[in-house]
Amino acid sequence: MKPDTSTHFDPINRPPRLFLGVRTPIKKGTYWFLAVASFLLPLLAWFAIAASGADKVFLPAPQDIITRIATWWHEDNLAADIGISLYRVVAAWALSALFAIPLGLMIGTFRGVQALCEPLTDFIRYMPAVAFIPLVMLWVGIDESARIAIIFIGTFFQMVLMVAEDVRRVPMTQIEAAQTMGASRGEIIDKVILPSAKPALLDTLRITMGWAWTYLVVAELVAANSGLGYAILKAQRFLQTDKIFAGIMLIGLIGFVIDQAFRLLHRKAFPWLHSRS
Amino acid sequence: MPAKISVRGVNKVFATGAQPVQALKDAHLDIAANEFVTFVGASGCGKSTLLRMIAGLETRTSGAIMVDGRTMTGPGIDRAMIFQHYSLYPWLTVRENIRFCRQLKVHTDNRTAADVEAASGRADALIQLMGLSHAEQAYTHQLSGGMQQRVAIARALMSRPEILLMDEPFGALDAQTREVMHDLIRHVHRIEGSTILFVTHDVEEAIYLGQRIVLMAPQPGRIDTIYQVPLPKERHQDMKLAPEFLALKKVILERIRETSGIKTDLQQLEKLSSLASIDKVQA
Repeated sequence: MKPDTSTHFDPINRPPRLFLGVRTPIKKGTYWFLAVASFLLPLLAWFAIAASGADKVFLPAPQDIITRIATWWHEDNLAADIGISLYRVVAAWALSALFAIPLGLMIGTFRGVQALCEPLTDFIRYMPAVAFIPLVMLWVGIDESARIAIIFIGTFFQMVLMVAEDVRRVPMTQIEAAQTMGASRGEIIDKVILPSAKPALLDTLRITMGWAWTYLVVAELVAANSGLGYAILKAQRFLQTDKIFAGIMLIGLIGFVIDQAFRLLHRKAFPWLHSRS
Repeated sequence: MPAKISVRGVNKVFATGAQPVQALKDAHLDIAANEFVTFVGASGCGKSTLLRMIAGLETRTSGAIMVDGRTMTGPGIDRAMIFQHYSLYPWLTVRENIRFCRQLKVHTDNRTAADVEAASGRADALIQLMGLSHAEQAYTHQLSGGMQQRVAIARALMSRPEILLMDEPFGALDAQTREVMHDLIRHVHRIEGSTILFVTHDVEEAIYLGQRIVLMAPQPGRIDTIYQVPLPKERHQDMKLAPEFLALKKVILERIRETSGIKTDLQQLEKLSSLASIDKVQA
């Protein structure tokens, strides 16, 4: 019988399986092409829909957003809005990290601390940060610290658990090897657990930074008169759809830039993870 | 001469599960200085548990372990442990891994300039000995499995431990690499004068390396038989085909099989195959 060549499988010259190959590598150029296309295609579709005469209140055109950002910058002090929002998010996130990293380190290292803190944290993290607004206004007031407190509540409890998990993932044999070399408890934390968990910790910081941004609009509900989130809320009141779009886009853009900066830092800080030979 | 390591009536019960498990029952064992002892046995026989207890990484339920005549209470720099894998520090280079113990307080307290220089020389010597010269600036994940274990051994030797505890250190290596590592560790044993306790599931490895073999059995975990290896102190690969080597291998393999508790599974298997033949007859 003649072999069926129509389904002949040639492992060397097989066609690239861009979308069907399970974890098969793709060319760098292909990756970038697809990534850029994922931005361009929705943008083109948006242009097309807007050009077909959609109601501007319903869907403003991309060029309207650009114009709006320009006027916002020149007439409404966009720089100040970005500045204050950036400050609120970064301050709340940094404050979270300041407490979450030591606490998570303790939870992930000592079982007693875990029992004492982890179930409680699990319980609190399910409480919606938004619902804390009245309490925060009552306890903290309505100044800057209140808005930072809302973002803090939304970020901190998740961050603690993620840090604890990062610390728990440090292989026990790395710790035991240090013990048999005479390391003290402090040295095990300082010279093994921390350096071993560092790359995962930086990823946790990157991801929780994103979460902190999602709480911005909520935080700026609290008696704010500046900031990107506040601007979006105010634009909603006046049905300035283009400004809502502009605010959302700007938050997305800032988040994207920060995220890429974190990834770059990861590559620079942990060359041993990114070097292959 | 008192034993280097003395295990006296040691018991270990794991009580974390639904019912307590006796991982080790009434173990007695004396190991002389500079002896090379290997441990074999079916899984669950407690060989790793015993080794980890001697390392001080696992508590004992009862009994005593003495090192140099003193009751051992925890990990110490006189006993270095080498694990099967994941024990190296990937954020450090090969050289930094090997020198890791030098930055610990036990080694930095009261040290003289001469100590520092000696340590640096020792690191160089170990890198040479382990054939890592070309890789000393590499990160550990850039190395093959065999090279990684060389780093682990060098790191353990750095603080001149008198006792080396090895828990299936070559279990993840391919057969050829393992042979090279066997001769390497025998060389280390000779020139360092260390006492080596070596856990393995490979009987051939146990005979080739050990002067004595401790055979352990499961349920409950216990020391079953101790064999003297009837080979000269110097070994070479050809001896693996010597009649006395093969005879001992046969005896040990049979004893492991007898004590493993897997026999019941074999009976089960026979029952299954007889069921299959019934089906055929009916068809």
